[in-house]
Amino acid sequence: MTGVLFFEQALNGLQFGLMLFLLAAGLTIVFGVMDMINLAHGSLYMVGAFFAAWLTALSGSFWIGAAGAVLLTALVGMALEVTLLRTLYARDHLSQVLATFALILILNDGVKMVFGNDLPLAAPAALDGPVQLPLGLQYPAWRLLIIGVGLGLAIALYLLVQKTRVGALVRAGASNREMSSAMGVNVARLFTLVFGLGAALCAVAGSLLGPLLAVQVGMGENILILAFVVIVIGGIGSIRGALIGSLLVGAVDTLGRTLLQSGLRGALPPQWASAAGPALASIAVYVLMAGVLVWRPRGLFPVR
Amino acid sequence: MIDFRRWGSRGCIASLVFVASASAVSAADKVKIGFVSTLSGPSSALGIDIRDGFQLAVKLNGGKLGGLPAEVLVSDDQFKPDVARQLFERNVKRDKVDFMTGVVFSNIMLAALPEALDNKVIYISPNAAPSSMAGKDCNPQFFAVSWPNDAYHEAAGAFANQRELKNAYLLAPNYQAGKDSLAGFKRTFKGQIVGENYTKLGQLDYAAELAEIRAAKPQALYIFLPGGMGINFIKQFVGAGLGKDITLLLPGFSADQDIINPVGAAMAGLFNTAHWSPDFANAANQKFVAEFQKEYKRVPTLYASQGYDAAQLINAAVRDVKGKLEDQDAVRKALRAAKFESVRGPFKFNTNQYPIQNYFVRTVGADGKGGLINKSFNEPILKDHGDAYVQQCQMPK
Repeated sequence: MTGVLFFEQALNGLQFGLMLFLLAAGLTIVFGVMDMINLAHGSLYMVGAFFAAWLTALSGSFWIGAAGAVLLTALVGMALEVTLLRTLYARDHLSQVLATFALILILNDGVKMVFGNDLPLAAPAALDGPVQLPLGLQYPAWRLLIIGVGLGLAIALYLLVQKTRVGALVRAGASNREMSSAMGVNVARLFTLVFGLGAALCAVAGSLLGPLLAVQVGMGENILILAFVVIVIGGIGSIRGALIGSLLVGAVDTLGRTLLQSGLRGALPPQWASAAGPALASIAVYVLMAGVLVWRPRGLFPVR
Repeated sequence: MIDFRRWGSRGCIASLVFVASASAVSAADKVKIGFVSTLSGPSSALGIDIRDGFQLAVKLNGGKLGGLPAEVLVSDDQFKPDVARQLFERNVKRDKVDFMTGVVFSNIMLAALPEALDNKVIYISPNAAPSSMAGKDCNPQFFAVSWPNDAYHEAAGAFANQRELKNAYLLAPNYQAGKDSLAGFKRTFKGQIVGENYTKLGQLDYAAELAEIRAAKPQALYIFLPGGMGINFIKQFVGAGLGKDITLLLPGFSADQDIINPVGAAMAGLFNTAHWSPDFANAANQKFVAEFQKEYKRVPTLYASQGYDAAQLINAAVRDVKGKLEDQDAVRKALRAAKFESVRGPFKFNTNQYPIQNYFVRTVGADGKGGLINKSFNEPILKDHGDAYVQQCQMPK
């Protein structure tokens, strides 16, 4: 593998990791602060992508569409929290899993009724193609944008959680819910706000990934599994853990699909390499998760 | 100690069931069809199109098939093989249908199929046509009115030869159908294979594969990535700017109307291979496309055309046996003759009851109304093409 190809794959790993981070950040806060397993988190990502595609077609501008999608999805998330999910906090994880799984099915068919099975969503023409980077490397402009937005949001979230009053409340809620409630925190309002923030991050991910991935019913389920892997690796409730976990998963997945395969091709007879390579690549992130859990059972950055 | 009374009562019930089933001889005052397909959930678009095509044909026939009033029992397999099997059992044993049809996916069909075939009910496949049923497992009760699994891939290989593309890179998910598809392409392609990559099933992001493809510099790229995987790949392939130097070839179902809509403008100019295209000029197809758009307000897909043809095939067979559905040998003979005007043009059954038909290259272009649609080349790329498995089929009489 040449240096340029390696650099390109490193960018790919970074971009994939940051895209996972946008989803995992919301998931980990909701899980950490409210102790709530929300399987429907992926459905909010789908809702965000559909809103973005719909509003982009209506307004003619991707940016208006994306901004509108973030706003609308945050409202949908908060409405769900106030009407339905709030009643689940006191219940055990099994009830939460069952109820939010039902929500996946309802949202899937609800979106299909409103928007149809899929919608087109393309990047703005200026960012549609590849750009020339140093070393003769061509890289898609849209993926560079995702890297930029992902890094920007990671820093913004870090500042929000570490440096602001809302962030302090979130951290307090994550480390001890009863105590922070006893200290006079309006937990109900905080939870609604946090849920809205998680939904908004989903919508950012949905709008940014729409031009790369299919905007279709059921798009949330595939990516949700990886988001759960990320937060388990990173430690539930930790934004920093979600970021490190996403970057690890992105890097391991990309390297598993490239370096590992070319390494195997060098070391093994071709028919073995072609059978073992893809099989190993598809379990690489789960091996990573198992390894991290053996080493640190509560994840890399446990909150509690 | 063995309880003889219990055994006795069971025998009694069994004989009652036997009497009941023997008395229910099918009176051919109507034709009953069990239609089981995937009609809910993320994968439902294909099943819905097959159903709509089938129902359209029945409707245009005035609610009849072969002169008999048609009763189509539609049910949803929920994308689950076990549910499909139960629905087949219910349609065959309780509803006593004359034909079964409808299933989209071959894994679901193969799980449910024994319920029909073992009970001597004919299955007309409007989509799934796995190579096993074309070869060693061929069955006189099984008719595939769609296209054999390998055919689109063989046609794509032949097209790459015709374009004088010297080398190709192949990409498919790492499972049996993926490997079979690429084997189909390699069966006809005469150039060199510069790379062959198997990805995770359901993979979302193909950046790493695209980087390897860019480095390998192939002239042609052939992918077998059904459904959402194909949508993701095509968007990312075009966004990476690889379309300028590499000819991307697709199987028809990866460039059909249900893929064109979500991908959007990036689809324009891509080549794909199929047995049918909405622009075919034959009279049957013109009528089908016009009526489908009138009824459902959307452009029909391959799947819709297959559902429509499945109904037309049953229509022809019931007509030719003059409604005598209890004479199954005659019904099968009439089905094998396939005396109907297929929307795909010339169509006949091989000895394994899989189709012999033409395959075309299609390219995605403007429909004149701001959208995109498939347009076929005039000359077929494969003419009167069957399948590679027919030799292994010992069809029992």
